[in-house]
Amino acid sequence: MPKPDAEVLRRRADLIDALRAIVPGEGVIVENAELRAYETDGLSVYRQVPLAVVLPETTAEVAEILKLCRRMGVKVVARGAGTGLSGGALPLEDGVVLGLSKFNRILDIDYENRAATVQPGVTNLGITRAVEHQGFYYAPDPSSQIACSIGGNIAENSGGVHCLKYGLTTNNVLGLEIVLPDGEILRLGGKHLDAAGYDLLGVMTGSEGLLGIVTEVTVRILQKPETARALLAGFSTVEQGGATVAAIIAAGVIPGGLEMMDRPAINAAEDFCHAGYPRDVEALLICELDGPAAEVDHLMGVVTGMARQHGATFLKESANDEERLKFWAGRKNAFPAAGRISPDYICMDGTIPRNQIAPVLRRMAELSDKHGLKVANVFHAGDGNLHPLILFDGNEPGQQARAEAFGADILKLCVEVGGVLTGEHGVGIEKRDLMPEMFNEDDLKQQQRLKCAFDPTQILNPGKVFPTLHRCAELGRMHVHKGRIPFPELERF
Amino acid sequence: MPVTFAPGSIDELEKTVAWAIGEGAPLEIVGAGTKRGFGRPVEAAHVLDTTRLAGIGLYEPDELVMSAGAGTPLAVIEAELAERGQELAFDPADYGLILGDEAGRQTIGGVFAANLAGSKRLKNGAARDHLLGVQAVTGYGRIVKSGGRVMKNVTGYDLCKLMAGSYGTLAVLSHLTFKVLPRAESEATLLLAGDAAKLLHALRRSVGTAYDVSAAAYLPEAAAGRSTVQGVAGAARAAVRVEGAGPSVAYRRDRLKDLLVGDGLDAAAVADEDSRALWREIRDLRLLDSAAPVLWRLSVPPTRAGEMLEALGDAGETLFDWAGGLVWLAASGLEAAPPERVRGAVREDGHATLVKAPIEIRRTIEVMPPLSPGLLALNRRVKAGFDPKGVLNPGRLYGGV
Repeated sequence: MPKPDAEVLRRRADLIDALRAIVPGEGVIVENAELRAYETDGLSVYRQVPLAVVLPETTAEVAEILKLCRRMGVKVVARGAGTGLSGGALPLEDGVVLGLSKFNRILDIDYENRAATVQPGVTNLGITRAVEHQGFYYAPDPSSQIACSIGGNIAENSGGVHCLKYGLTTNNVLGLEIVLPDGEILRLGGKHLDAAGYDLLGVMTGSEGLLGIVTEVTVRILQKPETARALLAGFSTVEQGGATVAAIIAAGVIPGGLEMMDRPAINAAEDFCHAGYPRDVEALLICELDGPAAEVDHLMGVVTGMARQHGATFLKESANDEERLKFWAGRKNAFPAAGRISPDYICMDGTIPRNQIAPVLRRMAELSDKHGLKVANVFHAGDGNLHPLILFDGNEPGQQARAEAFGADILKLCVEVGGVLTGEHGVGIEKRDLMPEMFNEDDLKQQQRLKCAFDPTQILNPGKVFPTLHRCAELGRMHVHKGRIPFPELERF
Repeated sequence: MPVTFAPGSIDELEKTVAWAIGEGAPLEIVGAGTKRGFGRPVEAAHVLDTTRLAGIGLYEPDELVMSAGAGTPLAVIEAELAERGQELAFDPADYGLILGDEAGRQTIGGVFAANLAGSKRLKNGAARDHLLGVQAVTGYGRIVKSGGRVMKNVTGYDLCKLMAGSYGTLAVLSHLTFKVLPRAESEATLLLAGDAAKLLHALRRSVGTAYDVSAAAYLPEAAAGRSTVQGVAGAARAAVRVEGAGPSVAYRRDRLKDLLVGDGLDAAAVADEDSRALWREIRDLRLLDSAAPVLWRLSVPPTRAGEMLEALGDAGETLFDWAGGLVWLAASGLEAAPPERVRGAVREDGHATLVKAPIEIRRTIEVMPPLSPGLLALNRRVKAGFDPKGVLNPGRLYGGV
């Protein structure tokens, strides 16, 4: 992380007074014992107590806080529900945590325009809860949906099991209100489509708290499909499971969800919540098909046939909605389930081309031997998004370092086969130093120039995403060479 | 003396842009040039033509992914996809004819640079939602890449979104990687006739159902009258489209009919080839008078469609797509549909773009939707972060952008 600014640490009392002038009462947290509640997010191997925490309730307060911090040169780390898995909300010793938990109101539900406008602290599931009595829902569904906030979903461009068919957060956001570090309040998009100017809505989504603070969110809501059924298909090899996934997609079937788990993950999940999974298979697919009953029946036949053709040894279709949700409960609780079989685990998040699933799993098994640590795999197979859970014991000397080295090897492997470092969890602090595996210096500098357009003094979440910090003035410098007219021999007309 | 450069590789592209930076000589970036009649006219010394950066690089139908050079004709890509029963689900529109060029010439780079999506944008998203990766040369004269070839990727900022719809003002796209999807085996379109307000309401009701409506448009009588598809002319129509496997299409069509017919609305249906032909006519604006010199494009929340019809219906011919949220207005001149009137009707919740007008008009009025001062300033800073010397399509979108 960037070296703490001694001057900022020295002026902490002044900062706190100034914050209290903006947010009165309990909205400014300064006691060490209370600050500890904010020292980490969902990536709990990293911890840092912040300088202070401020919990504003209005956009105007957010703007004043940012202006103050910018004036005093104080860094700001935005935080939603703190469930992020890449350390995006990890505090800085010399920085303020700007928590958005008090922005928890649903502002407007407009069924006719299929849009819901909410404050960023509303949970992902909270949106669905607010509209489900009219048959609507909000499609992206990260496993943490009961707790994670929509503002955090915007910051990380969160996915979930249904994004294969319904898209990620970025494909379901219509509008934002944001506050820039200089306190300027901007509206991007709205209930209409295709905002004017550059697609800053698209850029804000997945920007990990580095560009601006989101204070209002408008999302698309959809009518729930008439029916949804899930199929469990067990295989005696991961190759068969992977081949079935590829065959389903290749046949033009886009399921509502298409997930895969390997044997360690299946058993951990089954121990944890008795979802009805077979224990004697090496790979388990969960395939959900949704739509009108006639369509689901038809597609269920197609998918079942493919699973059989690829040697499925276990097939079970959900008989009712209760059973379907039970099938999903195992998958959605895979992380806590892993927490029961191992003192610690870290969850990786690479994405690979689907046809690389089996070879990557094979090489992951070799890496597991090399690093001497076990791994359980759950993943969004339909879109090639892997979640290897590396199991370790943080109390054993050296195990955490080995787990991190194992994780880095897995992500490098993902990039090597044509994939990427992170599919839905974000870069944060966790994958920051691996960015050069995917991007060269020019690529990274250009991304940072975009940051400079939003945050020229770089007070928002510095130290995350980019392995090397450059000053904006340095990034803007340009070396101009006068030269000959290029390749005059080429055709010109 | 203006020169046209046509680099044939990313390295040549990089050299060309670096040269232009050195000379302080702005470039107009064009593919097939079919959208030159749209937007603010670019004041550039030279032309950079991307059509030699052509060819499909990777196409893996089973992985639902393709990549191609920016100059590859869309027609080539669509033909290749059709062979494998796939398509670009964002339904790229072809405005060649309405903009006074020919149809079928545009490049894939132009489609993404303009973020062009057609009627199915309603369900499937815009071009920007399907762009997975880009390689481009920025106004720093450097090759950069962003994204990748997989569907799910949050590694770094999503520069693909920024490139889509940037009209070549930030970087020159050289290669694009995008998502492709299976084409529906069949489709049907419900054609409703009746009172305008009821038809617009029916569009909104249809997309609020679970029947997966992929497109929904309102055709005033003049627009319907231009259709070559049997059964469309003769009255104002609402068209509601469903796609998918045969039995599912029939089921959804019938459910929608049960829901929407009655209360003064009648319904007929067209299927498959007729349905596709009608939606091509709607998407490519064949149902508007292509000779009309002025064309406005309005984006509003669908519930405001009736208000737009009321306010602007007598200013020219109209066509409503995206369940009423996309409004086209073709007018005989700017006198009939001046910016104050059109933008005055849209107000804040939406925006209006002057898509087509004589060049002298496009020089003098803001053709892109006006931005708030703060947003315009941020757009300018973004532009400066990619193209500090302003050599790439300067002023294509806004002054200084």
